[in-house]
Amino acid sequence: MAVVREQKEFSMDNEVISASEDEEGSDDERKHNKLLQAISSLGGKRRKNQTERSEASLQVSEFLVNAEGAGDKIALSDLLGTVEKTPGASKKTKKQLRNLQNRNETLQLPLNKEQTEKIQRGIAYEKSTQEVSRWQGIIVQNQKAEQLVFPLNQESSRPKPVEQIVAGWKAETPLEQEIFKLLNNNSQPIHDPVLTPIEEASLKAMSLEEANMRRAELQKARALQSYYEAKAKREKRIKSKKYHKIQKKAKRKEFVKQFEEMMKTDPTGALEELKKMEMSRMEERMSLKHQNSGKWAKSKAIMAKYDDSARKAMQEQLQVNKDLTQKMVTISDDEHETQEEESEAVPDFVNDVEPIVDAVNPWMRNRIPREEPEVICVTTEQPQTVEEEEEEEEEKNEEEELLADFQRKRALRQADEDDDLVPVPPAEEEIDNTGEVAREEVVGEDVVNISDSDDDNDDDEEDVSQFNTLFRLMSSEKAREAPAQTQEGREDEEQLLDEGHVRVRTVEDLEALGEAEEPQPSASANTSTPQTATSEPPAKKSKEIDLNAVLTKEAKAIKVPLMPAVVEDDEERDEQISIIKEAFAGDDVISDFLKDKRKQEEAGRPKVVDLTLPGWGEWGGVGLVPSRKKRKRFRIKMAPPPPRQDKKLPDVIISEKRSASVAAHQVCQLPFPFQNPKQFESCIRTPVGQTWNTQSTVRKMTTPKVVTTMGAIIEPLVREDYIKDKSSIPASKAPAIFLEDKSKGKDGKRMSKDKHKGKESKKRRKI
Amino acid sequence: MAAPVADTAKSAHVEKKNKKKPVKRYWEVTEETGQKRQDQDNPDQTTSTKDTRPLKIKKTGQSQSWKNDPFPGEAPIPQKQLQKFQRGAKHKVPAGAHGKLKEAIVWSKTVSELAQKQAARYDLLLPEDAGFLEGDDDEDTCRISQEDIADAVDITSGSKYFNLHLTQFGPYRVDYSRTGRHLLLGGRRGHVACIDWQTKNLTCEMSVMETVNDVKWLHTEAMFAVAQKKWLYIYDSKGTELHCVKKFNDVLKMQFLPYHFLLATASATGFLQYLDVSVGKEIAAICTKMGRLDVMSQNPYNAVIHLGHPNGTVSLWSPNQKEPLIKMLCHRGAVRSLTVDKTGTYMVTSGLDRKLKVYDIRAFKPLHSYFLPAGASCLSLSQKGLLSASTGDVVQVYQNVWGGNPVSKPYMAHRVRGQVWGVAYCPFEDVLGIGHGQGFTSMIIPGAGEPNFDALDTNPYRSAKQRQEWEVKALLEKVQPELISLDPTQLSKVDQGSFEQRHKERVEVLGYDPLAKEKFKPRTKKKGRSSAGAIEKRKRKVAHEDQRDVIRQTVEERMEKEKQQKEKSSESKELSKKSALDRFRKQGK
Repeated sequence: MAVVREQKEFSMDNEVISASEDEEGSDDERKHNKLLQAISSLGGKRRKNQTERSEASLQVSEFLVNAEGAGDKIALSDLLGTVEKTPGASKKTKKQLRNLQNRNETLQLPLNKEQTEKIQRGIAYEKSTQEVSRWQGIIVQNQKAEQLVFPLNQESSRPKPVEQIVAGWKAETPLEQEIFKLLNNNSQPIHDPVLTPIEEASLKAMSLEEANMRRAELQKARALQSYYEAKAKREKRIKSKKYHKIQKKAKRKEFVKQFEEMMKTDPTGALEELKKMEMSRMEERMSLKHQNSGKWAKSKAIMAKYDDSARKAMQEQLQVNKDLTQKMVTISDDEHETQEEESEAVPDFVNDVEPIVDAVNPWMRNRIPREEPEVICVTTEQPQTVEEEEEEEEEKNEEEELLADFQRKRALRQADEDDDLVPVPPAEEEIDNTGEVAREEVVGEDVVNISDSDDDNDDDEEDVSQFNTLFRLMSSEKAREAPAQTQEGREDEEQLLDEGHVRVRTVEDLEALGEAEEPQPSASANTSTPQTATSEPPAKKSKEIDLNAVLTKEAKAIKVPLMPAVVEDDEERDEQISIIKEAFAGDDVISDFLKDKRKQEEAGRPKVVDLTLPGWGEWGGVGLVPSRKKRKRFRIKMAPPPPRQDKKLPDVIISEKRSASVAAHQVCQLPFPFQNPKQFESCIRTPVGQTWNTQSTVRKMTTPKVVTTMGAIIEPLVREDYIKDKSSIPASKAPAIFLEDKSKGKDGKRMSKDKHKGKESKKRRKI
Repeated sequence: MAAPVADTAKSAHVEKKNKKKPVKRYWEVTEETGQKRQDQDNPDQTTSTKDTRPLKIKKTGQSQSWKNDPFPGEAPIPQKQLQKFQRGAKHKVPAGAHGKLKEAIVWSKTVSELAQKQAARYDLLLPEDAGFLEGDDDEDTCRISQEDIADAVDITSGSKYFNLHLTQFGPYRVDYSRTGRHLLLGGRRGHVACIDWQTKNLTCEMSVMETVNDVKWLHTEAMFAVAQKKWLYIYDSKGTELHCVKKFNDVLKMQFLPYHFLLATASATGFLQYLDVSVGKEIAAICTKMGRLDVMSQNPYNAVIHLGHPNGTVSLWSPNQKEPLIKMLCHRGAVRSLTVDKTGTYMVTSGLDRKLKVYDIRAFKPLHSYFLPAGASCLSLSQKGLLSASTGDVVQVYQNVWGGNPVSKPYMAHRVRGQVWGVAYCPFEDVLGIGHGQGFTSMIIPGAGEPNFDALDTNPYRSAKQRQEWEVKALLEKVQPELISLDPTQLSKVDQGSFEQRHKERVEVLGYDPLAKEKFKPRTKKKGRSSAGAIEKRKRKVAHEDQRDVIRQTVEERMEKEKQQKEKSSESKELSKKSALDRFRKQGK
């Protein structure tokens, strides 16, 4: 029967199965016998009963021999009886057998085949993973290696260090041999180590006293440990609840004491403890323990009406709950109080920045006089706690007010600053230089600018509004007469817009080219005469492009020692004249360019998609326009494109088209280990080719990951070479559970080979 | 011929006028780094240590010998040189990087550092320095005549100043081959000549009997292109006509992009065309819509073509885009000439408004603007950044045009016999070639050419065999025209365009949409089942099925949305329903 139990663990035994089968078989046999008997009783021809031997005869048939009680079953007790009598059997076995006899339990059924196999598989899997995972290290190492040269572990052809060669050297001449013999006999070091083995041993050895001391220490420790263990065991066995209760209480008290101490010495540890306590508190709050909701509590609740003690018990329970769920209030409480006191002593606002700004409002300057009476009146009327809250609220309100005030002031200050910082357009500077333009006009111009930008996109509008406010703040006085002028300016401008471009370049301008310092046409345009101002509109329409910013670079004259000879050639001169004519045939180059730029910008801007269908939801027909509401609803605004690259370059148009031709060759998906494009780009920043690198660098960069020597046999890795774990060796010697006999032979062979290799490797290591 | 030889010779002959700095030795540079080497104090010692060092190594295999080494470890590399070979910015290993990423980054870092160090170390092999002209205390360098210089320098260098009197065939265009050995002259009235200008050997000479607008060497000195009155012709070095490219008409200016094997031409009809010389195919023909294109230059850094226009703008083009990459307004009048420096950082333009402007074309901002009394018709930049500008029959050379201080006077000046028509610097030589109405003048400009050449790229001394091998290699390393863009490093960046964008481009390239759903085409069936009505019915069926699918999907989506909304609203309801008395409710229930 014990065998059957074993089957769970080891189950390769076929015997077990057969045994159980036998049992079943015997059962069947019995039935079979019964059946046979029944049949024989039915049949007319009776079987001859095997007779017992009654008389002596010469020939005794072996089949006719019958023992006593041959037909009976054998019980365990029958067998055990003999054991009792045999003198050799040990008492222990006898006792075990007796126990076995007394036991009446039936044995559990053996597990079915599938389950046993499953368990086997599980075990086998674990074993094999363990086996395989031993290779992990070497595999990772090989994967990481810059280069692997197969077959591995080749002896390098490089020159060896001297020590290695000396180590491999053998004494040959008799003199040498004699010397080595001497050295060996006296166990003197031959190679590297300077100390003899004896010396080393003596170095390692301990003195006697030390050893004794150590032994005594160990003994004592062991004894103490055993005492402690015994004590713990005994205490654990005590069943008294009261005892445990007391114990717990004592422990808690001690803990609190310790904790207090800890607060002083080790604040971080204390904090951790505190956290633990908090945790336990949370647990207590979560659980229904001590809530008087258990069975016991309910029974007590019934009794409570009549029984004082029951009531007390319940009270106690609730008290416990209260204690446990109470928030930890330790020294920090005291600290709080002191802090509060301090804060009372020195009010917060002392540290605040002195609000200087409100010179007008003297009440804002110091809060104390207003605050104190309020507090007093509150204290007279209401209890302490409420008062505190009130105070806080009051303070908050005050603070908010203050904050708002600050913000207002900041805004004001900013506005002031911005007033100073308002970028004076370059045109103005120039105008100032010329000193011919009235102030009012400048103001008017600014306003015009603003009104212009109002028409522009929404996102621009924000800036503009800000600018507007600033502007208003700045020139509230100056611009009092401005509105009328601005109106005028706007009208003017609209007219100009309608007019389109007007030729600026005139003969005078051409002449002016000759001068060293060329007066900017824009500067002249800004002078008060309305005709020259015509060149302004294109510059104004788009805010970022300023006509004045285009081609502003001042030319520096260069003196040339040799003046070119006047070319007499008629043809040449004619050609030059024609070239000049061609060059100035068109009109203003700058405004043309700006127009071109604006066109490009417009083309790049996504258009508003209008999806209104006339006649849907309302009347349609000739002369009927879909309502504004509808149009608004079905108009889809696209997101504005990212800012153009040439936004800040007035005289440059940069194409925003994506170059698809290069994109076709670019990497479009990040390769595996990289997390962002930057990493990848930095990794491929150095070119590999010979054109950009020195020879040695190229060689290093293009080293193959794997090199195989031609004609060499690449053998699989050998375990002994790479896995140093000694425990693995016996494991490999014992056959795995499911290895069959056939494979054993092979395995054995391999083992021998392995051993051989192992020896080799050991040799190598020695060297 | 090499600059070094010439320069040393010059210093020997001319005491003050044509001074040359002493050649910098490596120990001078190392002194700056503040490393341990104290060679500067006693240069004798350095030589001695240099000699003894290998000996020491031989003598002793012991470790002790290294302790005595006065210069342990590798020789230090000056920071300046290292900076020169810095490629991109390093990327630090992020804090939470997993193993593979860390490995990759660390590996790339080590490799690029190694590459940088090695390159900086090999910089030692470029010892030559450019010379320059220095006048006396009150002498202007621009007043020194070419004859004086030629007399003062050694014979070989002096022979670099010469005149060719070619009065018959009108003003000449000039082009030097990439190695600087060969010179191509194209006379306006049809005279074309190739000369090995140092030996003055005439390789070929012919008259094409037509107007010649421009001449250009192709990748080697074995072939050149001539833009004639009507078509573009390609000749070999013996003057045999190889091709007449009739796709390219009325060409006025040409540029050859050596690494792309592209010949870019600008025509009178306003077309910018690209011819792939290696396969003989027209890569792109762009209608610029800017009128006559007679001002052209290339940016050697990114192979972008710069065109100057009569309306004062300069436009930048790549063969991949039908519109200009950049268009910038440079002059008030027409642009007469423009040129770009070797590093692709600066562009110099001159216009009819008689101004000379220097632009930083990385930021597209003007750096300096000069006013020339007579304007400049031809501009050219040398490898070392000397600018030559011709006004009428005077050629001026300027130094440091994009330096911090604006230039006030030319570095050198020279008057030629006729109107200047073409100006070109000879690569790797201190020579400026001027084509003018009366022939050709070769002028000595000290400090114009790059003294150190890369023999693997352009070797002035290469033999025929080497040239052939170089040609094969260059063809193998040819850069595809698709890669021409403003930023040549764009290829090494990750494309961050969206999927839709990429799909659109793909459709454009393929000519069809690979992801498009196929339209249903009913099969023809027999026995009268393929009547028009039946087919229509079948079509309808499929269409309905598709529609149903769509509807089903939308309904599902809507349902899901509603469900989510419901959940949300119920949640909010629950929250709102909570009454004040709820707090007294027992928690367990």
